[in-house]
Amino acid sequence: MKTKENKRRIHKKNRAVSEQMIMLEDVSKSYSTGAPALSGVNLQIKKGEFVFIVGDSGSGKSTLIKLLLRELTPTSGQIYVNGYDVGRLKRRKVPKFRRNIGVVFQDFRLLKDWNVYENVAFAQRIIQVPTREIRKNVPSILSTVGLAGKYKAKPRQLSGGEQQRVALARALVNQPPILLADEPTGNLDPKNSWDIMKLLEEINTTGTTVLVVTHNREIVNAMQKRVITMKKGVIVSDEEKGGYIDED
Amino acid sequence: MRISTFFYTLKQGFVSIFKNKWFSLASVATISACLFLFGLFYAILVNFQHIVKTAEEGVSVTVFFEEGITDDRIAEIGEMIQKRVEVSKVNYVSADDAWDSFKEEYLGEYSDGFTENPLADSANYEIYLKDVSMQGDLVTYLESVEGIRQVNKSEITANTLSGVNALIGYVSVGIIGILLAVSVFLISNTVTIGISVRKEEIAIMKYIGATDFFVRSPFVIEGILIGLLGSLLPLGIIYVIYNRVVEYVMVKFQVLTTLLNFMPVETIFQTLVPVSMALGVGIGFIGSFITVRKHLRV
Repeated sequence: MKTKENKRRIHKKNRAVSEQMIMLEDVSKSYSTGAPALSGVNLQIKKGEFVFIVGDSGSGKSTLIKLLLRELTPTSGQIYVNGYDVGRLKRRKVPKFRRNIGVVFQDFRLLKDWNVYENVAFAQRIIQVPTREIRKNVPSILSTVGLAGKYKAKPRQLSGGEQQRVALARALVNQPPILLADEPTGNLDPKNSWDIMKLLEEINTTGTTVLVVTHNREIVNAMQKRVITMKKGVIVSDEEKGGYIDED
Repeated sequence: MRISTFFYTLKQGFVSIFKNKWFSLASVATISACLFLFGLFYAILVNFQHIVKTAEEGVSVTVFFEEGITDDRIAEIGEMIQKRVEVSKVNYVSADDAWDSFKEEYLGEYSDGFTENPLADSANYEIYLKDVSMQGDLVTYLESVEGIRQVNKSEITANTLSGVNALIGYVSVGIIGILLAVSVFLISNTVTIGISVRKEEIAIMKYIGATDFFVRSPFVIEGILIGLLGSLLPLGIIYVIYNRVVEYVMVKFQVLTTLLNFMPVETIFQTLVPVSMALGVGIGFIGSFITVRKHLRV
């Protein structure tokens, strides 16, 4: 009887995992020094959702991102991303797992010596896409982000907004199910910030789950998406069509 | 691995050598310097051993027989000597042979005055040794053999040569040890500096989902190429200067030319080229492999 019940429980859980793109169950993370960075976080993000994660520095946002990318492993609790049990993932399986997540960082993180085309093509090369297809895919994604004419430029010849578009193109060229953007507008002026956000929204409409960590109050308030607010390592609010909660 | 991935990796290795030309240059210079010292020392060592060996081969024990000994007994003694483990070669020199060579060497045309062989009792065995240090044992044995009148040996030469040989052995181990330690230190320093510049690059690749193998391959190819270049350079230099140095020594120290017997550069290079190249490639491979590994944990 017990085993039957167990089976049912596992089945139920598997179904839950497959419906959710990201699922955190009672996740805590503490570093060897100091207070816990995350404590008892529960979170579910469905396939195709667009979610903002907001909070001050020290709220645990960065730790959350690192856990999702398997840069860190949780001290306790379970993390599932696109069906992967991330906490139990073996080191050598990490590269394959990361190909499920397109990442965009505040500081763009482009390879400085490579031109725009090479930076984007690299993401395809690591999954061993044939060169013939790379030559088709890269120009196509570059025109999606509005950089079709700049494929030969080096990152330093581009503006911040353009560099972030290259990073976005790199993150998207392999068509990952999840896009993770860590302060994507942190280094951009308002106009470029909006352009990037519009792009993210567009990408979301094609079915990609988009997770944006940001400080940008105006954008969060204007876009009317699901907003998860974090403070001192816990989720303090989670609202559909939410806004930026003022700290006072 | 796909063929296109392989060529891509190879290309990246080449490209990054030129991209980081100062780092590449420093690495090539470091490996070159170490392998140059290694090659130089190897050439000196090999020549020393060659000279000692040639001298050793010249060391012989000469055995003279008692008067009135029969030819049968002489042949018997010859067989007994040949069976000894320390003996490499035995030459029989008859009284006439001895006189002929004496005439040729010292008398020339003045030898006509002799009607009889003055060296009638000088038939002997010239015994060459496998190892000079065994001379003592052989002499003791020969002196106990019946029919042998006298044993001539070269005690001083034998002891000196064994001593020199042992000394060369110790010195070579010592110098090679120091050289290895220095080169490992220099190379790990150079590689660490080069890698810290590219730490970010490696981290980015890992975030995108590149495997360790994929990230590491271009670095390893770069390391191997640098090592190869770093080994060919000193080989070229040694090739050029070797003959000049030998020539210079031969001219400057003519007195010693009979003693100094240098090996031809081709013979030395038969060993030095593969060993140097293996060392260069090995250093490049291990240096890049280990240093990149430290930065792969992202």
